[in-house]
Amino acid sequence: MTSSLLALRNIETYYGPIMAIRGVSMTVREGQIVSLLGANGAGKTTVLKTISGAMEPQKGVVEYQGEAIQARDPDWVARRGIGHVPEGREVFPFLTVEENLRMGAYSRRDGEIDADIEQVYGYFPVLKGFGRQPAQVLSGGQQQMLAIGRALMLRPDLMLLDEPSLGLSPRLVHEIAEIIVRLNQERNVTMLLVEQNAKMALDIGDYGYVMENGRIVMEDTCERLRNAPDIQEFYLGMKDEGVRGRRRWKQRKTWR
Amino acid sequence: MLGKKRVECGAFRRQGHFVEVIQLLISGVSQGCVYGLIALGFVLIYKATEMVNFAQGDIMMIGAFIAFTFINLLGWPFVWGFLAALAVMALLGAVTERLLLRPMIGEPHFAVLMLTIGLGFVLRTVAGERWGSEPKTLDLPWGSAVWRFGEVTVGGDDLAVVGGTLALCALLYLFFRFTRLGIAMQAASQNQLAAFYVGIPVKRVFGLVWALAAVLAACAGVLAPGGVIDPNIGFIGIKAFAAAIVGGLGSLPGAILGGLLVGLSEQFAGRYLWPGFSDVSAYVLLLAMLMIRPEGLFAAMQQKKV
Ligand SMILES: Nc1ncnc2c1ncn2[C@@H]1O[C@H](COP(=O)(O)OP(=O)(O)OP(=O)(O)O)[C@@H](O)[C@H]1O
Ligand SMILES: [Mg+2]
Repeated sequence: MTSSLLALRNIETYYGPIMAIRGVSMTVREGQIVSLLGANGAGKTTVLKTISGAMEPQKGVVEYQGEAIQARDPDWVARRGIGHVPEGREVFPFLTVEENLRMGAYSRRDGEIDADIEQVYGYFPVLKGFGRQPAQVLSGGQQQMLAIGRALMLRPDLMLLDEPSLGLSPRLVHEIAEIIVRLNQERNVTMLLVEQNAKMALDIGDYGYVMENGRIVMEDTCERLRNAPDIQEFYLGMKDEGVRGRRRWKQRKTWR
Repeated sequence: MLGKKRVECGAFRRQGHFVEVIQLLISGVSQGCVYGLIALGFVLIYKATEMVNFAQGDIMMIGAFIAFTFINLLGWPFVWGFLAALAVMALLGAVTERLLLRPMIGEPHFAVLMLTIGLGFVLRTVAGERWGSEPKTLDLPWGSAVWRFGEVTVGGDDLAVVGGTLALCALLYLFFRFTRLGIAMQAASQNQLAAFYVGIPVKRVFGLVWALAAVLAACAGVLAPGGVIDPNIGFIGIKAFAAAIVGGLGSLPGAILGGLLVGLSEQFAGRYLWPGFSDVSAYVLLLAMLMIRPEGLFAAMQQKKV
């Protein structure tokens, strides 16, 4: 069956003296879409940065394909096949759209880069018309597509997606969600998806983790999370169905 | 007053004046190219790492001395000696970045500035110890050749520095426009984290930026009109820094243009204002620029991401 592609073990990550991640463990299996939910400031972005090597954890192990990678530089991690689509449309604003995509394939030497650019245009047809224009002329949603396309150029085995739906119209959110599922199925890319849009993340995810204050407070299959009363109340905004009062995750830290 | 006098003196005087202006233009442009080449180094390093390398002028001086070693002391043919000096300087730039600057990542900016100022001191001292403090003259193939066009004289060194600068600008343009590494350098300075995430070895790329800046500085040192070198010629780095600011500190064409402006203002100010003024004109230009258009001629088009 599917084996674990990525595993975090008791990760603790600091911003200076501030402890942002307080002992997180999680597993991402090959071929899965894993959703990571949590309120603002819960530490989701920091978890992704720790995985991709932008931050080094004080404690704990990040294991990718059976190898500890937590002390590596992010470019090394990327070359091992982890494509990180960071929060907030981080494109190269003065390079053309096509140059942005080419930079996504920086570590590749094979002759299929042009073909892959066409493939990205296949997933995001709107980008094609902008090929020779600087990325800064793209709209926010288009920049998000470019950032995803650029990470695809790495031919990643694992993609880290940090709030890809942020600020997008419902239609675009739907489109992005569809593409995430397609990439997962057609190209067998394993996904670790951070989202505020819990409905989308739980709809397309196989397995989910919920973070609060730097800790994982809940994990389960997405199907069961969708039906969990606390999730419905706090993340899906279905207040009426959550008849269990205003219990807060905070009070339930003892679960861990 | 001046204007009236000129009218009275008639045609001969006017022609003499014209020749003088042309002559000042020539020396201003060739000195300006030197400032421009050093300023390119300031801009490259600033754009990539948001640090200012105040040792840039002294790196130019070291480049000139290394060329001096190959060409004068070892007697290598000019082209080979020059190329060898560029290779040594590329290595020196990369090693400096690796040993001195990279460990400083995350330290406050002023600490890095102090470090580069200290590096300048060290380089001057080392050069004084190694090559002595009396001025040396580089053996250049154009020597003191001079061409006359009517009354205007153009030195071989003027042609060399202008031609060399044009060639380097063209090469840089092609490099940044068309090569994978050149585009990656731009990517790394536009969005460092994103560059890391796509797998660009950003640290190594920054090392190469330092190498490139050192190579450009060495070209400036060898091509500088006159060909006279001593351990203190690096002080013109401060004028080149002014040129970089005038040009916008974020723009490569701006660096060259700023260099030319500083070079020209220096020549004309020295002639038409008062003699001592030529040395301060760079700073007057800088102050004027900061007051009129603080973002520089070519406003760095990018808002740096925080
Ligand atoms: N650069 C930083 N310096 C100091 N503290 C930081 C920094 N970035 C984040 N933090 C802190 O770390 C904690 C986790 O932040 P993180 O960005 O990982 O949250 P998040 O779950 O991604 O939130 P959001 O949903 O708003 O993106 C927060 O408390 C935040 O204040
Ligand atoms: Mg975040």
